[in-house]
Amino acid sequence: MRKYALLILLLSSISSISQNCDNTLSGKVTDLHDGSLIIGATLIVVGTEQAVQTDFDGEFTLSNLCNNTYSIQVSHPNCLTKGFTLKISGNTAKSFKLEHHLEELNQVTIEGKAYSNKSKTILENTISKEELERFSSGSLGDALNSLSGVSSLNTGSTVIKPMINGLHSSRVVIINNGVRMEDQEWGAEHAPNVDINSIGNLTLIKGAGALQFSGDAVGGVIVAESSKVPVKDSLYGKTLLTAARNGRGTSFTSQLTKSYQNGWYATMQGTITRFGDFEAPNYVLSNTGVFARNASLQVGLNRFSYGLEAYYSIFKNDIGILRASHLGGAQDQIRAINSYRPLIINDFTYQISEPRQDVTHHLARVKGYKRFKNFGKLSLQYDYQRNNRLEFDIRRGSDGKKASLDLQLKTHTLLLDLDSHLADGVRLKTGIMGSYQNNFADPTTGVRRLIPDYNMYDFGIYGVAEYRLSHQWLFEVGGRFDYTYMDVFKFYRTSFWESRNYDSLFPEIVVEELNNQILTNPKLNFYNGSGTLGSTYSFGEGYKMFFNYSVASRAPNPSELFSEGLHHSASRIELGDLRFNSEVGHKVSLSLQRDTGIFSFSVNPYINTISDFIVIEPTEIQQTVRGSFQVWEYRQTNAQLLGLDLDANYAFAKNFRLNSQFSLVKGYDRTRDEPLINMPPANFKNEIVYQNFDFNNIRLSLQSDYNFQQNEYPNNNFEVFIPETETMEVVDVSTPPDAYHLFNFNSSIDLKATEKTTLTVGFGITNVLHTSYRNYLNRLRYYADDLGRNFLLNLKINY
Amino acid sequence: MRNLKFLPTVIVAILLFAACSNDDNNTPVAVNEEEVITTLTVTLSPNGGGSPITLQTRDLDGDGPNAPVIEVSGELIAEISYNGSIVLLNETVSPAENITEEVIEEADEHQFFFTIGSGLNVTTEYRNFDGNGNPLGTEFTLTTGAASSGTLTFTLRHEPTKPNDGLSNAGGETDIAATFNVAVQ
Repeated sequence: MRKYALLILLLSSISSISQNCDNTLSGKVTDLHDGSLIIGATLIVVGTEQAVQTDFDGEFTLSNLCNNTYSIQVSHPNCLTKGFTLKISGNTAKSFKLEHHLEELNQVTIEGKAYSNKSKTILENTISKEELERFSSGSLGDALNSLSGVSSLNTGSTVIKPMINGLHSSRVVIINNGVRMEDQEWGAEHAPNVDINSIGNLTLIKGAGALQFSGDAVGGVIVAESSKVPVKDSLYGKTLLTAARNGRGTSFTSQLTKSYQNGWYATMQGTITRFGDFEAPNYVLSNTGVFARNASLQVGLNRFSYGLEAYYSIFKNDIGILRASHLGGAQDQIRAINSYRPLIINDFTYQISEPRQDVTHHLARVKGYKRFKNFGKLSLQYDYQRNNRLEFDIRRGSDGKKASLDLQLKTHTLLLDLDSHLADGVRLKTGIMGSYQNNFADPTTGVRRLIPDYNMYDFGIYGVAEYRLSHQWLFEVGGRFDYTYMDVFKFYRTSFWESRNYDSLFPEIVVEELNNQILTNPKLNFYNGSGTLGSTYSFGEGYKMFFNYSVASRAPNPSELFSEGLHHSASRIELGDLRFNSEVGHKVSLSLQRDTGIFSFSVNPYINTISDFIVIEPTEIQQTVRGSFQVWEYRQTNAQLLGLDLDANYAFAKNFRLNSQFSLVKGYDRTRDEPLINMPPANFKNEIVYQNFDFNNIRLSLQSDYNFQQNEYPNNNFEVFIPETETMEVVDVSTPPDAYHLFNFNSSIDLKATEKTTLTVGFGITNVLHTSYRNYLNRLRYYADDLGRNFLLNLKINY
Repeated sequence: MRNLKFLPTVIVAILLFAACSNDDNNTPVAVNEEEVITTLTVTLSPNGGGSPITLQTRDLDGDGPNAPVIEVSGELIAEISYNGSIVLLNETVSPAENITEEVIEEADEHQFFFTIGSGLNVTTEYRNFDGNGNPLGTEFTLTTGAASSGTLTFTLRHEPTKPNDGLSNAGGETDIAATFNVAVQ
């Protein structure tokens, strides 16, 4: 970078010459980090305005100095200017050190990268702020869905759970501002508790290679970072308003940042989103409204050799779940599936009734770093998260308005990281992590705990080394070890305890036998190792080849271990297994990328082999007084996922661009030799974009989004007795819906309101043709169509 | 070096946090399902007197793995009418909770349906109704015809469309679906 740095030429003027002022100051300017010479740094003597530049050896000489105390300012285009005070007495030698790693200083420049790479040997996908703003009224999952290889497991249109290369939930780790989200992410109907408007940059890593964050990301890692704040005196912000026809709602978000030259900064941000019932092409999707509120505050100091930051955010989300999806037993399921319309359709309302979710997530973080000469950057971070999830079901009698599920998950994490440059081209990142997590399930719900009370302790240690052999070759190798200890109090139904033979397998964990339940105290230990090995080869004009092999080990989550009972929102009985061990994924991925020229592309095939993969699938039908229910049991098997992600970008004419992407993943249960359930069907997206920077940055785009029918799926259908007809009828819960093709239109234009204010007006239409469709990965696909046409109007003011 | 003080401060803060949150309150309390219906008992008393017949389905572990135990106390007598009454219990709690009362209290949100298998020669009629005059069905009359046998199914729907023509357009959610094999002698 420094090679390309512009040399700043300053006219030097020697203004005053007095007696005995013929001393010289000489020395070197070097990089604080690795001691390398800094060429072209400017030294200015404050007061005399005498200035010199360092030569090709990083050396300088200032002459005509008196025996006095001087202030010297040292600057370089790629470094932050630093002031030194020193006393001159005779000819003096003094060396100065500047920090030369711009990207780590959170400086936004044209040449430098504002956000550092998370993994050097896995192709990363990023979503910029501009793209994120188009999803302002949506969710994190909506934005991620625009990337190849990412799909989502949805519950209606508001609970969007990201899925990376066919894997989701606990296999996808979300890092929000440096904090690993602990928000009960195990549930399929639990969306990430992150406000999309608080994110400045979103990075997706399709694999477990980013070991500094976690070792259990069998699917991948999503890193959300807030916008970087420049080190200068400034006050700026933006306000965004989105109004949408479908759901008849708005989203309003505003952000204000104040920064100072001395490194201090503060950012405040808030969002409020309110939608009523959404609509499918032919009917209202009753009780699908959403009311989300988010606020965050960030205060920090960003200096050369040290910095600190405090961050706090609160996220509160009320989400209605489609009324017609709440069912009694299998007979209701047959009625719902056989009906082409939802069984319950009411008039449009903003009211959110049962079934609904009410989630509050608090996140607090303090972080500090210090750079040590010849040692590196040491960071210490502490974070605290509190997640409260309330789920309200349709209940009878006096319990009507009481939550059926009330879980409070508290997590404390302490991280110590060291980022050091050992030698030329060798970089080592190491760190240790400790965390404590407590789950409390409120017993006053009057419903048996879905997730038991537990304490969990985690300890992790990692090291990732990176070696740049040449301009062409970069190698990366890393390892991580995690130890997890769980101390759980779980009530089992006596009948389940005995039917699973736990009474003879685990008699020692029984604490107390009650009337029809048994209190147990399982204490579980998991030892997980993970690693990564990869290389990047750059060649030709903008070509890069990435190769990465990574191993990820994931301890089973509380839901997989302890589920035992009726899951109303899925109308099925879910059973976990206390005997599970960790699942281990081996992923090999290869990417070829070209990122310059009129035709850029990336091709990314991969193969992910997972042993002891935890999968939930139907096993039998259980009779209860309420009728029959399908029983879904978690089991461990050997799975394999093979896939291909393609991205291409072709600037076929001036101001015109064609973006194409194709994602394919095939998942198989190798033990049973059958396809895995809920694998995303192939997806092919094509978008024509017209963008003219010279004409108010006008941008028009038309996108075609083709989703194939999933043709490989396990057959989980079952039969149930219908008394009216006295016949056994098949409940078809397996057959995926037909393929569908959607068109989306988007446009925006920048209008200069005042000297410092830009107004961006955007207009978009999604599902232009008002197509009725159902998505295989939407859990409510049995009951209703997906969203119909939507008109969106965006207004953004940057100031 | 002012910043170095910050590190110990953070560590102390963490220790305080951890100490505060370590509120181990021994063992958690058990939760007994409040809404579960374990037992449905239909009592059919002959109008002209005589010993009643009971039909019962009982599933003491609720959604647990054990199947309900279904018992029919005897055969119905041909060509007479019975007064039927339904009692719902939650026997996971002690003493058992009578759910029928709740259903009667929320009569407008509930309805029992009687589905008679093709082989069985009986008819039913509602004997109790909600505030709007729509059927509830915890009390009913059952009239037997000639000797026959077949299934008799009791279905309780929560929040059905009322009035309705029967299960086919009642909607709502199934709270109970119990099928008995019944004979008329």
